[in-house]
Amino acid sequence: MSPMKTDYEPVIGLEVHCQVRTRSKMFCGCRTQFGEAPNALTCPVCLGHPGVLPVPNREAIVRTIQTGLLLSCDIDEFCKFDRKNYFYPDMPKNYQISQYDMPLCRGGGVTLDRFSFPKDAQDSPCAAARKRVRLTRIHLEEDVAKSTHFETTSGIDFNRAGTPLMEIVTEADIASPEEAFAFLTALRLMLVQAGVSDADMEKGQLRCDCNVSVRPRGQRAFGTKCEIKNMNSISGVRRALAYEIERQIEVLGAGGRITQETRRWDDGIGQTSTMRSKEEVHDYRYFPDPDLMPIKTSDGLLDEARTRLIELPIDRADRYTRAFEVTEYDASVLASDLDMALYFERASSGASNPKGIANYLLNDLLSALTSSGKVIADCPVRPEALRDLVSLIDGGKINSKQAKEVFKEMFETGAAPADIVKSRGLEQVSDTGAIEALARQAIDAHPGPAQDFLDGKASALNFLTGQVMKLSKGKANPKLASDIIERLLRSR
Amino acid sequence: MGTVNIDVAYVAHLARLKVTQEEVEAFGGQLDGVLRHIEALTRLDLAGIEPTAHAAPIHNVFRADQPRPSIPPSEALSNAPLAANDLFITPKIVE
Amino acid sequence: MNLALEPISTLRARLRGREICPRDILAAIRERVEELNLALNAYVHHDWDAAMAEADRADLSLPLGGIPVAIKDVISVRGQPCTCGSRILQGHVALYDATVIGNLRRSGAIPVGRLNMDEFAMGSSNENSFYGPCRNPWDTSRAPGGSSGGSAAAVAAGLAVAALGSDTGGSIRQPAAFCGCVGLKPTYGRVSRYGLVAFASSLDQIGPLTRTVEDAAIVLGAISGHDPADCTSVDTGVPDFAASLGGGVRGLRFGVPKEYFIPGMDPAVERAVRAAIDHLAHEGAEIVEISLPHTEHAIASYYIIAPAEASSNLARFDGVRYGHRAKDATDVIDCYAKTRQQGFGKEVKRRILLGTYVLSSGYYDAYYLRAQKVRTLMRRDFERAFETCDAILTPTAPSPAFKLGEKLDDPISMYLGDVFTIAVNMAGICGISLPCGFTGGAGARLPIGLQIIGKPFDEATILRVAHHYEQTTPWHRERPPL
Ligand SMILES: [Mg+2]
Ligand SMILES: [Zn+2]
Repeated sequence: MSPMKTDYEPVIGLEVHCQVRTRSKMFCGCRTQFGEAPNALTCPVCLGHPGVLPVPNREAIVRTIQTGLLLSCDIDEFCKFDRKNYFYPDMPKNYQISQYDMPLCRGGGVTLDRFSFPKDAQDSPCAAARKRVRLTRIHLEEDVAKSTHFETTSGIDFNRAGTPLMEIVTEADIASPEEAFAFLTALRLMLVQAGVSDADMEKGQLRCDCNVSVRPRGQRAFGTKCEIKNMNSISGVRRALAYEIERQIEVLGAGGRITQETRRWDDGIGQTSTMRSKEEVHDYRYFPDPDLMPIKTSDGLLDEARTRLIELPIDRADRYTRAFEVTEYDASVLASDLDMALYFERASSGASNPKGIANYLLNDLLSALTSSGKVIADCPVRPEALRDLVSLIDGGKINSKQAKEVFKEMFETGAAPADIVKSRGLEQVSDTGAIEALARQAIDAHPGPAQDFLDGKASALNFLTGQVMKLSKGKANPKLASDIIERLLRSR
Repeated sequence: MGTVNIDVAYVAHLARLKVTQEEVEAFGGQLDGVLRHIEALTRLDLAGIEPTAHAAPIHNVFRADQPRPSIPPSEALSNAPLAANDLFITPKIVE
Repeated sequence: MNLALEPISTLRARLRGREICPRDILAAIRERVEELNLALNAYVHHDWDAAMAEADRADLSLPLGGIPVAIKDVISVRGQPCTCGSRILQGHVALYDATVIGNLRRSGAIPVGRLNMDEFAMGSSNENSFYGPCRNPWDTSRAPGGSSGGSAAAVAAGLAVAALGSDTGGSIRQPAAFCGCVGLKPTYGRVSRYGLVAFASSLDQIGPLTRTVEDAAIVLGAISGHDPADCTSVDTGVPDFAASLGGGVRGLRFGVPKEYFIPGMDPAVERAVRAAIDHLAHEGAEIVEISLPHTEHAIASYYIIAPAEASSNLARFDGVRYGHRAKDATDVIDCYAKTRQQGFGKEVKRRILLGTYVLSSGYYDAYYLRAQKVRTLMRRDFERAFETCDAILTPTAPSPAFKLGEKLDDPISMYLGDVFTIAVNMAGICGISLPCGFTGGAGARLPIGLQIIGKPFDEATILRVAHHYEQTTPWHRERPPL
């Protein structure tokens, strides 16, 4: 008898390794660049040669503190670097400079907004719950080298060795693969917007280890956990967790036991499998790195990190819904791209209809950008011009069909909408006298529909309005035309 | 003063040192001796004493995020016991 | 006049007067090395042609212009072997210059040769060298001391004008005492460690070994200074050490710690050091008895901290990127274990095991953390002592040079020999050793060392005291009977 999935609940914690955006490595001057020839970005320091010493990259420390502030972590006054001792061929010194008991950031959290969830889960109650996933800590460490495995040997490229990494560790607060997806999506967005990391998963700049266990619903104690190592795509994390949770439930449901182990995910076949079943004893022999001096965050570092704070995407989206009355969805799309958000804010500054601007931006402007292969940063339409276009529409100066023509030309030439309207002679006729003359002409030419309207057939008014538009060659304000026709008919 | 009885085989494995049985015994005896000498420290009252990790009380020693030229791969690999295609070659790494 | 035996000031004057050229000095040294190195085993490598070529380019107007300085095999010199006296680094050629080497070159000096040492600077006799022991020039059946045994022997025997050594627990001062030369351990942070292959990072310091105190002052001045490549280097001014010599000792107050005259120490050593103290008193210094109460814990805490740091520092020697690699390994883990088994000697293995043990799970607080706290107490001892005195006088070692092989299988008795030098490293302060007499009686005359300990960054005072002592006593004029 197969166990009911709903009898169990998963408990998930993540460890995210994220490359800090710097020009040089953590402890030496080698550049941090992806895709160079093997071992072209090395020096005696990052090769761990005899006698070399590390000197920390200040920028990596400031950016880690900046990340901590962004995620509401506590920043202690004193922090330090420790050595984590273990042997591995991709580690040049056979110890990793990391942080043990005095990390740069402690606590904090990430709020999961609805639109960070996968599309198919955005309407679920958990997506609406705005859950906060707590962080345990964020510490700074150095990355290891990359190894390639051949038949009987392995080859090592030390280009990546010594790249600064933030390790972001969550509490076991995540309750589903979808929440894990949402956490990583929201986190990644924040890191990128704050400029602390490019978080490019294809380049391995964001990697994730997942600790996952299941327990009977209602039980407080955690089940035995497994660790899935080195995931490098957010949707892969979701799939791997879903598979692993089901596997664990099946084992338990069949009366089996979970063995604590490290597993790897094969996205191709969609399965996790044992990587290390008999756990190597981890005895890292941490001790303070005697080559490095303590970090005092109050001495300039914290102040500098504070000057670089940004509004979180989720807070920005909330502000847009509140202040501009745009829909929650539109707000989140706008806030997800900092350039777009800034464009929107410039366009709506002093505007009477920000919601209309948001609509125009997210529909017409975005699709024009997409089809021309441009990004918003090099958009030919200035935000002020978009605002003017929307107010021409709102003020009844042009109708929406005309607006599309005007927008097309704005996008092609960068010209101001008012100038385009003038040069094309598109200005709507809102002169009541002129429209009234045309309306009389239309009523006289079509007595049948005029009578139909008076007999209660509302659609006859649309027909007559259409006639007025035709007579005016499309320039008449349609709303005005229909009002005037109705008045004339009723006053007969 | 008790005997320490260091687990030489376990410690040697942590340190990635292959040791023979004779070495386990010889080192075991010598290290026990040293550790017994060191034991005296564990009886000192050190309550409230801060540890000294560095002789000079300085902090925040950093470098600016300024790239500097790396060395050519040929030089990086010049001391390698085994190299091919600009990679350091080791016996196969099994995870 | 044998140029290899002259002090730097004399050589400098003759170089500047164009009486000699740098090649002449190198030739004199080479001649002595060819004659005596077979017996002493002080040099493990030299490249005279490269040194001669560099000598020809030397700028004689610089403070050390044209002066050769021999280098302990633990300091990186670009293009030269750097093996730390170990099999595991056989064939390794350094890719870069240590900061001290750059500093020496900038002051006109020529780095010459590689000097023998205890493997990875672990030892007090130079017997733990892959190249075999270096020998004491006063009696070749005896140890030159360690770990900078090659540096001390070369300088004392005139196989070098001056040498660089490294001192983690006495490794400059003790061999200087055993070989009858001057050895100075600078304050931690005074001299850059960049390019010094680390033994115990929080204790290591590079310093000079010379035949005179003035030479020590000149070489120290050349290698000192803040280095942005070493975070532990301290940004403080470098005084003109050589210029501050000659001030005498009148008005200075010297502390004599009662804990440094222990039962079991060699009576000849005690006699010579007491006589040196009396001499300085006679020269106008005031002598006060002081106490350094935590001295008894120095060795225990040192033999926790130093091996712990060493176990981590020496992890990088794995045969992947450089050095020896075992041939018959089945996989990477086996390759590591065999490489390190074959590459490291007994003493290094012993200390790696000890250091790994004291850091291993469950023991950190009991050992490493406690030792760091004891360090605080030892530092305070010195701070308190220096409230009442300007420098501290002690023996450098409890005995003169011992016989090769005498302590080889008794690590504890070997470790106990470092009792007077270790505290200086633990407190991070400076110390100098210089000859203060010889053993008498039957057998070879063996030098005895006086240690002068100074306040942090106050090398100028200990040099001044040492210089005055040297100039008013005959010991520095004695040469080993070679
Ligand atoms: Mg990590
Ligand atoms: Zn590098």
